[in-house]
Amino acid sequence: MAFIDAILGDFFWRALLGGLGVALVAGPLGCFVVWRRMAYFGDTLAHSALLGIALGFLFQLPLNLAIAGTCVALALVLVVLARSRTLATDTLLGILAHSALAIGLVTLSFMPQVRVDLSGYLFGDLLAMSRNDLGWIYGGATLILILLYRLWRGLLMATIHEELARVEGFPVERLRLALMLMFSLVIAVAMKIVGVLLITALLIIPAATARRLARTPEAMVLLAVVIGMLAVSGGLSLSWFADSPAGPSVVVSAFALFVLVYGVVRQPRT
Amino acid sequence: MTERLVTLSDVCVRFDGPPVVDHINLTLNRGDIVTIIGPNGAGKTTLIKSVLGIQRITSGTIWRKPEARIGYVPQHLQLQPTLPLSVRRFLMLTGESADTCRQALAQTGVDHLFEASVHHLSGGEKQRVLLARALARSPDLLVLDEPAQGVDINGQAALYDLIRALRDRLNCGVIMISHDLHLVMAATDRVICLNQHVCCSGYPADISTDPAFIETFGQTVAESLAVYHHHHNHRHDLHGDVVESQPAEGCSHHGVH
Repeated sequence: MAFIDAILGDFFWRALLGGLGVALVAGPLGCFVVWRRMAYFGDTLAHSALLGIALGFLFQLPLNLAIAGTCVALALVLVVLARSRTLATDTLLGILAHSALAIGLVTLSFMPQVRVDLSGYLFGDLLAMSRNDLGWIYGGATLILILLYRLWRGLLMATIHEELARVEGFPVERLRLALMLMFSLVIAVAMKIVGVLLITALLIIPAATARRLARTPEAMVLLAVVIGMLAVSGGLSLSWFADSPAGPSVVVSAFALFVLVYGVVRQPRT
Repeated sequence: MTERLVTLSDVCVRFDGPPVVDHINLTLNRGDIVTIIGPNGAGKTTLIKSVLGIQRITSGTIWRKPEARIGYVPQHLQLQPTLPLSVRRFLMLTGESADTCRQALAQTGVDHLFEASVHHLSGGEKQRVLLARALARSPDLLVLDEPAQGVDINGQAALYDLIRALRDRLNCGVIMISHDLHLVMAATDRVICLNQHVCCSGYPADISTDPAFIETFGQTVAESLAVYHHHHNHRHDLHGDVVESQPAEGCSHHGVH
């Protein structure tokens, strides 16, 4: 216990533990973002997180809860609007992403009593990770991993071919909803690590890197987790030794791994 | 002893504008092969999606044999190259065992592709893998949307032969869409000529002399199914409406046969 306490008592180890916990779920969910071409969608949800923070302060809710709730609400709005087909999906995403971000910023500015470190939310505040944050991350990660494990075959089948999945009796709509909920949750917990503007990078760079090395969907997921964890460790070390901002350093080290793998492995394996 | 698999009664599907599928009645029994032909935009895919239960119908009723297992071969299999996937894994996502999947591949003649990546398949191989995937589920009903798409002409004849042989072996019902009119005529029990409504339907030998068929596919096609160039007596304008070159009655007065 004393050992665990010593680790949890040190801000660097707390940051590392938190980062690794996020990489654990960013890997599989990042694969779905890459497979389903949802990078822009992820970005939009992440941008809406700032609106969630503003609403959290306004109604004095726990911030993680407010962020996850806002992401879920926005995801649902997106699904409904995309179905009505009045605008192309990317246009719709562009409108909602930046409007949510802007509304969040404007709302925060109306609350002078709330003193927030804006750059912490935009780019992450990994080194300020509290024990409470760690609880959120590992609680969220456990929930997501259980959901992924139980829904895996359906999620994969619906990703490969939605109509085939439907004919074979998978509840495609509910699976999509579950995926949205998981995205919202991972954004709420990953914000602490890399911030609103860099979350998508933490999702897609390790997954895209893993694609070059994997032959099966499951191998790609596992590799994405490992690469994400390497990126977190590398980024934190960089931050420790070079005194660089932690969140961006994690993304830089993920990118370095991406360039390295694509430079060495010229052909995808399958 | 015939066993009914699917019955469509007065089924209509309408998006915005005129119905895409207009008052269709259709029954498919176990052991039947029914082929749907018709010009582009005739509602063929919409009709079979209704049969599959993945297209909401506007009116009418669809009865399916309870617990009937459906094997579906979709028209387009566009796979994301970002998703690494072997044929084995793709087939096993049906939930069937590796043995069953390998046997299904053997039935469609491509068991050498078991370990191959789905991203390296040719058009013909892809269709056979899709067919095998449908077979692995031991279907009561096989639904095929243009199964010979992207297959060369020799391969097409072989594929239709295979579908017939599989029907004999599995004793399942088959409903398929095809553009390969001359090949279909030899491989099917019943043909339905669709142009929103059923223009005409019947046995292949009779249908080529049916006035409605000739009206939809043109005299040349009807007289010589061997050279099928997909000529029509009408075209579709930019809104998808039929532009008749025949008198205004067009197809409609033939009603449902």
